[in-house]
Amino acid sequence: MCATCGCSGATHEHHEHHEHGHDHGHEHTHVHAMEAAILGKNDRIAAQNRRLFADRRILAVNLVSSPGAGKTTLLERTIADLRGGRRIQVIEGDQATSNDAERIRAAGAEAIQINTGSGCHLDAAMVDGALRRLEPAPGALVFIENVGNLVCPALFDLGEHAKVVVASVTEGDDKPLKYPHMFRASRLVLLNKLDLLPYVRFDLDAFVRAARQINPASEIIPVSAVSGENLERWYGWLRHDHGEP
Amino acid sequence: MHELGITQEIVAIAADRAGDAKVRRVVVEIGRLTAVLPDAVRFCFDICAEDTNVAGAALDIVEVPARGRCRACDVEQVVDWPIGVCGCGKSDFEYVSGDELRVTRVEVH
Repeated sequence: MCATCGCSGATHEHHEHHEHGHDHGHEHTHVHAMEAAILGKNDRIAAQNRRLFADRRILAVNLVSSPGAGKTTLLERTIADLRGGRRIQVIEGDQATSNDAERIRAAGAEAIQINTGSGCHLDAAMVDGALRRLEPAPGALVFIENVGNLVCPALFDLGEHAKVVVASVTEGDDKPLKYPHMFRASRLVLLNKLDLLPYVRFDLDAFVRAARQINPASEIIPVSAVSGENLERWYGWLRHDHGEP
Repeated sequence: MHELGITQEIVAIAADRAGDAKVRRVVVEIGRLTAVLPDAVRFCFDICAEDTNVAGAALDIVEVPARGRCRACDVEQVVDWPIGVCGCGKSDFEYVSGDELRVTRVEVH
C-alpha cells in the first residue's frame, strides 16, 4: 500500500505529481500522474512468449491478412514443400470452426486451433495458452495464422519474430493505403494469387508503390501458393537468420 | 472492434490505480499511428466502467499526432499519416511520436 495515498494497485508507481486539489473542508482530488501502457498486460505475456521462442531457437511468424487472401493455402503448400526440413507447428486462429487446423494436419503438420468467438484478433494470452498445448519443439518453425482481419491484429504483439502480411491480386492494389497499420507493422509482404493476375484488374507496380510508401523497409514477394511461383524466395526468407524475436 | 478490449484495459488500469477510491477523471494518450479509434474508445468507456469504481468518470483523450524525421532530408515534421509526404518528396519517416497508447493520469475523489 502506498503511504502517500493508500493505493494498493499492482501497477502502482511513484506519485511524481501527487497533487492535492484543495477546497478545504470540501472535496479532495487525488491525482495520479503515470505512464501505464494500455496494452501492458498483453505486452508482458508477449515477452514471455518471446523468451520461450528464443530459449528454444524457434522462428515464430505471425501471418496476417484479410479473410480469403490464402494464408491457409500458403501454409499447406509451405508444409508440403519444406517436408523433411525444419519441423513446422501451427497455431490457427479463427472466430469459429477447426477447419483450418484440420487442413494443416492433413498437410502433415501439428496444429492447435484457437477459436476467438466474437474476438477479431489473437492476443498474446491466447497464443500463450496455445503454446502450452502445442509444446513447440526446439528449433521448430512456428506459424501463427491470425484471424482474417487487416485491422486489429496489427496492434497486438504476440512475441513473434515478424508479422508477415498476405495480400492477394484479387483484392485492390491500394490495400496498403487503405489498411496502413497492418502494412506498417509487417516486415514482409507476400502478394498471393499471382497466377490469377491475367484475369483481374490489378496494377502490380501501384501495389508495390503503395506498400513502399507505408513501409519503405518491408520486403515484397509476389507469389502463387497454387502454382508455386516465387515460393523459393519465401522459403529463403524463412531460412534467414532472423535473430532474437 | 479491438477498442472494446482496449477500453476494458483502460478501465482496469484506472480502477486498479484508484484502489478503494472512486475515479473522477481518466486521461489517456492515443497516438495517430496506433490503429485505435478515439471515438470508439469514448463510445465503449461508460459501458466498460459500469459497476466499477470508474463508473461516472470523465474520459479525456489526448490525440497525439504522428511526428517523424524524414530519413532523406532530416527535417522533423507532423506527418499526415499514412498519405503524408515530406517537402523533399520522400515519405520515409522515422517516427518520434504517434505510437502512444497509455494512461497518463487518474484523478480520484
